[in-house]
Amino acid sequence: MSSVQTTPGLSKILMLVMARDLRLAVRHWDQVLQPLIFFVIVTTLFPLAISPALDELRKISPGVLWVAAMLASLLALESLFRPDVEDGTMEQWVLSGQPLSLLLLAKTATHWLLTGLPLVLMAPIVGTALGMPQSVWPVLAGTLALGTGSLSVLGAIGAALTVSVRRGSVLLALLVLPLEMPVLIFGARAVDLAMHGEAVAGPLNLLAALLLFFVSLGPFAMAAAMRISVES
Amino acid sequence: MLAKDAATSTQPQLEARAVHLWRGEKHLLRGVSFALHAGELLQVVGPNGVGKTSLLRSVAGLLPVEAGEIFWQGQPLPAANDDYHRELAYLAHVNGLKSDLTALENLRFAVSIRRDVTTEELRDTLQLLRIESCSDLPVRALSAGQKRRVALARVMLTRASLWILDEPITNLDKAGIALFEARIADHMRQGGMILTAAHQLLLQGQPGVRTLELQ
Amino acid sequence: MWLWFHKLSSPPYAYRTAGLVRPWLFWPAIALMAIGAFGGLVLAPEDYQQKDAFRIIYVHVPSASLSLMIYTVMAVAAAVGVIWRIKLAHAVAAACAPIGAWFTVATLVTGSIYGKPMWGTWWEWDPRLTSELILLFLYLGYMALRASFDDTQRADRASAILAIVGVVNVPIVKYSVVWWNSLHQGPSISKLAAPSIEGSMLWPLLIMMLAFVLYFGAVLCDRLRGEILRRERNASWLTESLARS
Repeated sequence: MSSVQTTPGLSKILMLVMARDLRLAVRHWDQVLQPLIFFVIVTTLFPLAISPALDELRKISPGVLWVAAMLASLLALESLFRPDVEDGTMEQWVLSGQPLSLLLLAKTATHWLLTGLPLVLMAPIVGTALGMPQSVWPVLAGTLALGTGSLSVLGAIGAALTVSVRRGSVLLALLVLPLEMPVLIFGARAVDLAMHGEAVAGPLNLLAALLLFFVSLGPFAMAAAMRISVES
Repeated sequence: MLAKDAATSTQPQLEARAVHLWRGEKHLLRGVSFALHAGELLQVVGPNGVGKTSLLRSVAGLLPVEAGEIFWQGQPLPAANDDYHRELAYLAHVNGLKSDLTALENLRFAVSIRRDVTTEELRDTLQLLRIESCSDLPVRALSAGQKRRVALARVMLTRASLWILDEPITNLDKAGIALFEARIADHMRQGGMILTAAHQLLLQGQPGVRTLELQ
Repeated sequence: MWLWFHKLSSPPYAYRTAGLVRPWLFWPAIALMAIGAFGGLVLAPEDYQQKDAFRIIYVHVPSASLSLMIYTVMAVAAAVGVIWRIKLAHAVAAACAPIGAWFTVATLVTGSIYGKPMWGTWWEWDPRLTSELILLFLYLGYMALRASFDDTQRADRASAILAIVGVVNVPIVKYSVVWWNSLHQGPSISKLAAPSIEGSMLWPLLIMMLAFVLYFGAVLCDRLRGEILRRERNASWLTESLARS
């Protein structure tokens, strides 16, 4: 029995995981679209609840968009690990002899491409409906791109912790939202500053730093949490 | 609770010493020991709820052992987990297949994260288990027995020396069981090892085949 | 030292030790609290700007420091439990959470009581109070996660990961909230901080701080004993000692 096997390189494994998850997403487009539709619906609630006057909506639009993006990203977490844990493929990953943290990071990155990136692209359009000036679009998309990345990593830690808990979605919100508050602060405030014509380099740099920090340490927490979750 | 039959003289590849496990309040495994040598099949038997699955999961490294030790080639687990897992193929009650992917896609991914593999090799293995007709169908369209065969194909394709299989022949028909027994015998001849939890014993009376009874 | 540590981590020994240590923490804590209260409420002069309202800092400030300190103790205990697989450390972490949460609640309540005369409202989005509120959410999340597992061991390890992630996040939360608040208003009068405090006002505060730390120690001993009893309810040493008494 040959005990020496050529194991594939790490970059190849990243590609494999991403290709698999993208293929699965293509076969289930409806699930990918749901968080995006949710995002649009939540932002529609605010004009209905507050006022149709664009002047009033404009003031709160950065906060509305950011809170809605945060909730949509939270909602999308439900589909991040649960299907794989339920059908036993996650167990196989844990036992694959490959670094679990890397596999889960690749999975989270794919998930962001499918659920985070559409939000980033959709946000300026929704922002316009809330009276947000066109000049703010780049800042809005930029903060959301950096910020939703952090939200995905923090959310993935929470999802890995709660995936084996029955009815874990409320618990997931309870764990993840407080951890995500700094991202919300920097993101929403940066857009607000941009609307007032002020410099936004500071908060943007902070968001980028947070993203780097979470991406470099988060996967270890995800892997540790996932090992506990597949025990049951 | 040592396994029946005297162990062969060589160093065991896999060894469990006095493994204890609790599930919540229940003291499930109370000092289980066994040794597995190259070319052996050990079948764990016992009534439902006695802890067969838990034993297999802790030997696979999915469930931490609360007392006792498990060794792979003389190295204690879980410290040696990465090397160990490269030599391990585990099959649970669930098949570990994505129902939206075809049999071939499932196998290609599952094997590729462990080693490089060609499509011919995948097709050959499917043919060996007589499910070549299923290779391009999404797994959701397969019968329970066909899904189990795809899962067994994955185990064979990993080229692992140790197979840990939880009730491998669930849902298999007579022909399927015979095919699978032949694959097991083949694996043992090549020096592979198999640990199963079983209600129905395989390859009874053959050399190297032992049972471990849990009470 | 290592041997002592090892001995302490055995449940029966820890249970007895916690019982022995507790009174030595509890009574000094009560005595110091009385001294601190007398010093703070009677001896200390009235603040020329804030009048008597400032006196709530003798409860508020120690509570606030403890709420943060306990979270750190909890995260360190959880990390020790995960890294060295010491079950007692997990029990310490579990015992810390509700105490820390109550100190956080006390901070928030005293903060709003102080806010009414000072700011004219019960709640102000002051950076300190806001980060205390987020800290309370972190505690609640930790306890909710713990409660959602049936198996104590899995609850221990899962909540330990959350505690570690949380403690890494605390400085980020703190910084972000200060930055967020600084956008809206310039530096304002003292708020709940105590800058350049006079000696006769300071010493009662320090005494109170010490009293609160000792009090935390005493409550931790109690809760730890409770945790150990719950975890070891089937252990032989416990049934034996119950049979004897």
